[in-house]
Amino acid sequence: MRILDRMPSPVQESQQSTAVINVSRRRFLQGTAGLALGVYLAPLLVDSANASAATTQADFVPNAFVRIDSDGSVTVIAKHLEMGQGTYTGLATLVAEELDADWSRVRVEGAPADAERYKNLAFGMQGTGGSTAIANSYEQMRMAGATARAMLVAAAAAQWGVPASSISVEQSLVRHAGSGREADFGQLAEAAAEQPVPGNVTLKNPKDFTLIGTLKTPRPDSPAKTDGSAIFTQDMKLPGMLVAVAAHPPRFGATVKRFEDTEARKVPGVVDVVRFAGGPWRFDGVAVLATNTWAASQGRDVLNVEWDESQAFTLGSDEIMARYRELADGQGAMASQRGDVDAALAEPATLIEADYEFPYLAHAAMEPMNCLVQLGDGRCDIWHGEQFQGLDRSAVAELLGIAPEKVSLAQLFAGGSFGRRANPHSDFVLEAVSITKAARDNGIDAPVKLVWMREDDTRGGYYRPMNFHRGRLALDADGKLIAWHQRLVGQSIAAGTAMEAFMVKDGVDATSVEGAANLAYDVPNLQVELHTPQDIDVPIQWWRSVGHTHTAFSTESLIDEAAVAAGQDPVAFRRALLGGHPRHRGVLDLVADKAGWSQPLEPGAEGERRGRGVAVHESFNSFVAQVAEVTVRQDGSYRVDRVVCAVDCGVAVNPDVIKAQMEGGIGYALAAVLHGEITLDKGVVQQTNFHNYPVLRINEMPAVEVHIVPSTQAPTGVGEPGVPPLAPAMANAIFDATGTRLRKLPFTNKLTT
Amino acid sequence: MATLTINGESHQLDVPDEMPLLWALRDVADLTGTKYGCGMSLCGACTVHLDGQPTRSCVTPVSAAVGKQVTTIEAVGENPVGEAVQTAWRKLDVVQCGYCQSGQIMTATALLNGNRNPSDDDIDNAMGGNICRCATYVRIRAAIHDAASTLA
Ligand code: FES
Ligand code: FES
Repeated sequence: MRILDRMPSPVQESQQSTAVINVSRRRFLQGTAGLALGVYLAPLLVDSANASAATTQADFVPNAFVRIDSDGSVTVIAKHLEMGQGTYTGLATLVAEELDADWSRVRVEGAPADAERYKNLAFGMQGTGGSTAIANSYEQMRMAGATARAMLVAAAAAQWGVPASSISVEQSLVRHAGSGREADFGQLAEAAAEQPVPGNVTLKNPKDFTLIGTLKTPRPDSPAKTDGSAIFTQDMKLPGMLVAVAAHPPRFGATVKRFEDTEARKVPGVVDVVRFAGGPWRFDGVAVLATNTWAASQGRDVLNVEWDESQAFTLGSDEIMARYRELADGQGAMASQRGDVDAALAEPATLIEADYEFPYLAHAAMEPMNCLVQLGDGRCDIWHGEQFQGLDRSAVAELLGIAPEKVSLAQLFAGGSFGRRANPHSDFVLEAVSITKAARDNGIDAPVKLVWMREDDTRGGYYRPMNFHRGRLALDADGKLIAWHQRLVGQSIAAGTAMEAFMVKDGVDATSVEGAANLAYDVPNLQVELHTPQDIDVPIQWWRSVGHTHTAFSTESLIDEAAVAAGQDPVAFRRALLGGHPRHRGVLDLVADKAGWSQPLEPGAEGERRGRGVAVHESFNSFVAQVAEVTVRQDGSYRVDRVVCAVDCGVAVNPDVIKAQMEGGIGYALAAVLHGEITLDKGVVQQTNFHNYPVLRINEMPAVEVHIVPSTQAPTGVGEPGVPPLAPAMANAIFDATGTRLRKLPFTNKLTT
Repeated sequence: MATLTINGESHQLDVPDEMPLLWALRDVADLTGTKYGCGMSLCGACTVHLDGQPTRSCVTPVSAAVGKQVTTIEAVGENPVGEAVQTAWRKLDVVQCGYCQSGQIMTATALLNGNRNPSDDDIDNAMGGNICRCATYVRIRAAIHDAASTLA
């Protein structure tokens, strides 16, 4: 079978990280040839106790991240998932920089599940998210590269009988200028493996960087993603594999009462129909197993399942929002407090009051959720776009009653995630395992690839939570902002998960209030409260930029209202209140300059009104400001013409990736502004596919200009921070054009004023 | 059993006539570059060429492809226009997650086959059926212009 040639090999339980090959077929095959002769620069197995004592980055295990083959190719083992955000490019850049490797010979493989070696230093467990991939790896990956380089140099020095200090490395070539000798990495690989691992290596001075901060690092995944050879979960096939498509209950919390599968079993290609048990946080259901995806989905569609809905959630979105409004009338848990807002709000010269509404949102990654499972004797091998090994591995082990070490997780490319594949309850992963196990209990011992069809994915829950925000601001007679009071209402993402212990304090989930509780503006009286309803059983999850998806909107809309009420320019008003926040100011100044804020906006055509709005927001330790320019047509419809974006993410490791993430983040945010809304009717999700859950299309995409603030600070994330400022910048632009404040997402598509 | 000509080669596929071409390509012919995104002709991830015409394979039964030339992402680079599109995509690093990009490249190639100098409006019209959830649209537009300029 052709596809087998390019399939990642089954994961070994052993110490070698050779298992996951997340590259094109062509590169995989090239790699295999070299692998036989290839060497690891250092043994991967270390005494973990020693390793954790070795450096301040306690868990740095030298050279679990880099491999140099005898053909000179450098393979970087990526501990973070590539789901589009350029992590493979970034991690490889860090290694290649310190290694002085030739970028054209650098390739990347996904790391296997290995908590010790591949954990996210920001999480303390293995996983990708929170825009942490580059931030937590900046020193670790550079150390890996520098260590490998030192061993190559030591090997050359020994072979040539010259001091290591007289040897230079450039573009994968090791040179001794005095004697004119030189050797390629490949020629030195075997000897380098014999060298002791240096205890101490010196990292480059940033002024000597040749790759970091340049445009010399095109994405290593570009070729495979433009010729169809990149392998996603959806593309995996094992010998004898069956495809499973599942029937999920229409309401969250319902279970299977009985089912009838006569028709399903008649579909050619259908092999079996199994019931699988759900859990408190995942679907109970019935799966159809077939030899191909179409047969499985046809079979599923003719299943007749009767559901027990006695425990099901049955509220509609309108009812939920009405409750949230009511909750906002009372005081919530205190998320942040200084001064005395009640006193300041008692008799203000100017009072601003505004309510904001946010719907549930589906991630709608282009590749619907899926997962391939093979059960062996006391073990379980899993292949998918694995984003949260730290939780998935133990959840699978627990479900099967085996040790976590008996669970392997191959990290394939993910066709998008936006947070969804890092599910705090391992929902679709456990569903795949449950189905595979149910099939085996039925006598079918085959690998099973669970595939959610688009409808299953849209209705699969784990949405960005619905939220309600109420804001009250006071200005004094001089137009000075003197009080800021916000009440936020929304479900807690962390509650009931492994993250609860460190994310929820005194009834406040940090991810519910991030971006609001830590308001950057200098206001003497500040109070931010949170209500966390406990009885809304809609599964929710982080969605690209998490709490900032809503807090940036209300805070940056409110500050804009304050600027207008004070009769001041929105940029100048913000600027004056950001004295203690130079990096906020930095991006604000840059975006204002690049957008030509001091010049009037070009007028629109006859009958069109134009407006421009600004927003600035910090998220995941990165700072982003955006100016959106909109045109409102005579009929009240409107378009975003241009978005100018300034970003400060510390050292810009891959400037072009940063640009791409700002462009993509803006497009992702714009989809939510214009269209995004999951609604429930008596507990049933109303949306199914892209016709009723529309996302952004090319004709709606504005021109985007991205400007990066030069910085020597440690790098921070870029996957999420481009999202938050867009919605408020747009709302402020529409206000500028029309005088109408939009406070409910998604925006109406026709303005009436 | 259906006989299809895929990327210039004849394939005997043991599939029912009504099976969408998408699944025949992916699950039976093992050509997985063509992607599933919606199954309802809404997203364009499954775009292939049938006798050069961009076609949503998720709603095209195998029977409708019999007797036609099926071209997929795996072979589109053998045609100079397809190759120019792939080259431009790589030059500008258009891809993010990459899942939609086979379909984008197939549709862009068909556009340039019929219009060597498309305007932004032409691009929006031709590409409007191809969703990119990573919103790589700025670069898709730029890459199509870039490919057009290399073909001129
Ligand atoms: S899968 Fe065919 S158009 Fe979406
Ligand atoms: S690149 Fe991810 S959907 Fe287009």
